[in-house]
Amino acid sequence: MAVAAPAIDTVLARPQRASTFDATWLLWIAIILVLLFLVVSPFVYLVLTSFQAERTGEFTFANYATAYGRARYVDALFNSLKLGAVSAALAGVFAVPLAWAVARTNMPGRGLTRMLVLATFITPPYTGAVAWILLAGPNAGWLNRFYMLVTGAEAGPLNIYSFTGLAVVIALYSFPYIFIFTTAALELVSSEMEDAANILGAGSWRTMRRVTLPLALPAILGGLIICFLEAIALFGSPAMIAIPARFNVVTTQLYQFFGNPVRVEVAAAYAMPLLGVTVLLVLVQRLITRRKGFVSLTGKGGERRPILLGRWRWVMFGYAMFVASLAVFLPYIFLIQSAFAKAWGRGFLLDNITIANFRFILFEHSTAAQSVINSFLYAGVSATVAVFLTLGVAYIVVRRLVPFGGGLAFLCVAPFVIPGVVLAIGFYAAYAPPPLALYGTALILILAFTTRFLPVGYVNASAAINSLNPEMEEAVRVLGGSRLTALRRVVAPLLKRNLLGAWLLIFIPATRELSAAIFLYGPNTKVASVMIFDMSEEGNFERLAALALVLQVLTLPLLWLGQKALGRDFMLRRNAT
Amino acid sequence: MSKLVLKNVAKRYGAFEAVSGFSLELAKGEFVSLLGPSGCGKTTTLRMIAGFMPPTDGTIEMDGRQISSPSGVVPPENRRMSMIFQSYAIWPNMTVGENVGFGLQVRKMSRAEIDRRVDAILDVVQMRNLKGRYPAELSGGQQQRVALARAIVVEPEVLLLDEPLSNLDANLREEMRFEIRRLHDEFKITTVYVTHDQSEAMVTSDRIVVMNKGRIEQVDAPHVLYSRPRSRFVAGFIGRTNFLEAAQQGSDVRFDGFSAPAAALEGTTGGGALLYSLRPQAIGLASQRPSGAGLSVEGEIAGRSYLGEYWDYQVRPLAGAKPLRVSTSPNAVFEVGRRVWLEIDPAAMVRVE
Repeated sequence: MAVAAPAIDTVLARPQRASTFDATWLLWIAIILVLLFLVVSPFVYLVLTSFQAERTGEFTFANYATAYGRARYVDALFNSLKLGAVSAALAGVFAVPLAWAVARTNMPGRGLTRMLVLATFITPPYTGAVAWILLAGPNAGWLNRFYMLVTGAEAGPLNIYSFTGLAVVIALYSFPYIFIFTTAALELVSSEMEDAANILGAGSWRTMRRVTLPLALPAILGGLIICFLEAIALFGSPAMIAIPARFNVVTTQLYQFFGNPVRVEVAAAYAMPLLGVTVLLVLVQRLITRRKGFVSLTGKGGERRPILLGRWRWVMFGYAMFVASLAVFLPYIFLIQSAFAKAWGRGFLLDNITIANFRFILFEHSTAAQSVINSFLYAGVSATVAVFLTLGVAYIVVRRLVPFGGGLAFLCVAPFVIPGVVLAIGFYAAYAPPPLALYGTALILILAFTTRFLPVGYVNASAAINSLNPEMEEAVRVLGGSRLTALRRVVAPLLKRNLLGAWLLIFIPATRELSAAIFLYGPNTKVASVMIFDMSEEGNFERLAALALVLQVLTLPLLWLGQKALGRDFMLRRNAT
Repeated sequence: MSKLVLKNVAKRYGAFEAVSGFSLELAKGEFVSLLGPSGCGKTTTLRMIAGFMPPTDGTIEMDGRQISSPSGVVPPENRRMSMIFQSYAIWPNMTVGENVGFGLQVRKMSRAEIDRRVDAILDVVQMRNLKGRYPAELSGGQQQRVALARAIVVEPEVLLLDEPLSNLDANLREEMRFEIRRLHDEFKITTVYVTHDQSEAMVTSDRIVVMNKGRIEQVDAPHVLYSRPRSRFVAGFIGRTNFLEAAQQGSDVRFDGFSAPAAALEGTTGGGALLYSLRPQAIGLASQRPSGAGLSVEGEIAGRSYLGEYWDYQVRPLAGAKPLRVSTSPNAVFEVGRRVWLEIDPAAMVRVE
């Protein structure tokens, strides 16, 4: 015998009667409390507050009467719906051809196109809006000036301060959602499905129309809905463009209710349609993507051959570069120009170049540098809390350690249907008044960010844990290790990459979050996004551009890290959104 | 004293009985297989033995001490058992050596002692040279050996195996069966082996527990199980067989196309409808009427398949309707339609329920 006599000193324990109550239950209760605090209570307070009279707190419908009592308040609601529809449609026009070309054809520059979509995706919408003010501002905008130069006309044709201008700018920075959904679906359509149509006599055009597109349609619709929701929930771009253009949307109107004096009760009442539409559309979206199409598409996609476009591939490439110019090339060229300019309107002259803007925001301005630090700090804490919280929930849900795990999972993904603006109002209503009095503290921002990004964390965490065979942990236990040992020695090391990925997917968007932050920041807790917004109100585009670029540049190492750990398209996968 | 005793163990999920009335005693060092089709409750039973789930009824004892009952279970980590999983569950973040040494480390052994034992067991499974490799670099068979080494090195009181070979290809599976039995002969660890593959169970086991729909059908040594199945299910599940319906008429038992004296057959005391199992190998096939003591039945070749190791004939008795399956050596060639003689030993006919 090769192994010596046993020297195992573990003693066989007596049957444990208390085994139905162990540490997992304490953890479970703790998690429930945290989720109640983060998700349920702000929501409950939002609804309650909308029915409470200011100061007295008596039950009343007066807030609703005020919120919907004026034609322009009601107009703002319809403006939002119209804006959502137009932006989503435009985003579809940008995204679907690109997605199809990248996923299924031999268009040149597919990798480049993907990269540019990623660049679009990581550009905050408000930064894009600022860039487009530089490009298409009436008279002074670069595109208008170029048009006047070429044609000799008196005025340029473009005016960013318009409904159309706003819709285009929003579409330009939300189309990546549709792109992600559509490529994911198209990559699951195997060539064999198309071959089957071909062999029955359908040409490639007919095949695309009757087979490929219908299979991808649920995903496209799902993406359109997400874009719609993004557009109606957005605060930054409308505030920069719609307010000067003298029209309101829901979010800007909410911001005005929050101005001096803060009328949180009216704001809460006014937020209800936004919340309702979002909940409804998310349900519709789930229904669409879950029904036909996606179900049959899961599993192996089989072999995929690119469709040969022939000469048309250059046309497609041209279109891809056109979209990229609108979303990336032109905006960044002129943002950079502005950031390094003494006065952006003077253009690309050598004596107009300066680094004073960077020096100003980094060293001279009283709060700009601090705002960047705040952004990264709050985002970092939020991402860490969200990742570990959702990991804990996902673990006990997936491993069925407690009854009603599904309820916990629901609480984690529920914030997905709460627009940032609405969430902020809920947080304000719940935690601004005493006893917590968190308004203006770093904590309220961190908690709000954590809640906002819980769904991203949960989707990733549960996917990661589902990918782990439970036998890996059972093997630990059978060999004498506790559940904790299994978590520490096996689960955590195996999920390292996934956790890092989830962390980055929360951290990156959290560093540029504006919709919730604008309602919750205080004098000492200004974040970079709020700083940029303030500068845009001052019309200080050179310094603003410098700050926006600093924010973008600081993101690059994180992006690199994520791509290193998780693959090049880690942000463009479906569970990223 | 028995090593492991299961008394009337049951597991219910709502109204569904996954396992019921399961009683079994394992002697120390015994190798027992739980064999049955998927969904028969064998894995559930194994997981109850491991302590991953409590029984809804009954108890499990090890060395005379109760380790599982509906009111409480000793958690798996305190049972000093080990288990080999269907997926092997080799931890991809640890090397072969770290995987194998894990259980010893948990038992707080010294570094040197762990090294010594890991090396020794890796020698046994011929994996010593791959000690520093990560699992992703190993083939399926090598991972299987790591799993074996990891489970055995801790010298468990009981070794549990859950369909350990189902993910291997056919050749490797056959090789690993012998490997598992060899390791058992070397270490004499009390073993419970779950499988749906009858030849796996027959090669490895001292005794086989045949399970069906959550219940034990029969517990016996492999050769007894094959030659004397007690139920229709066992006879059909272990190997191929002919089921012969019969009716007793006085001192004769009438089958389809032939009859036999009741005195020569087992289980003919009651009379009425009877069912017998007759293995294809137990039937002789000849061109002339055989002169032996058994029954001789004239028949016609109704069909045949050549399977390399044997011929599989379907022979219809001249007076009967249903053909019997007969296995012969590859050299015994009869054309389809030819008249032949079947030689049946009544003692080989086993009455089943």
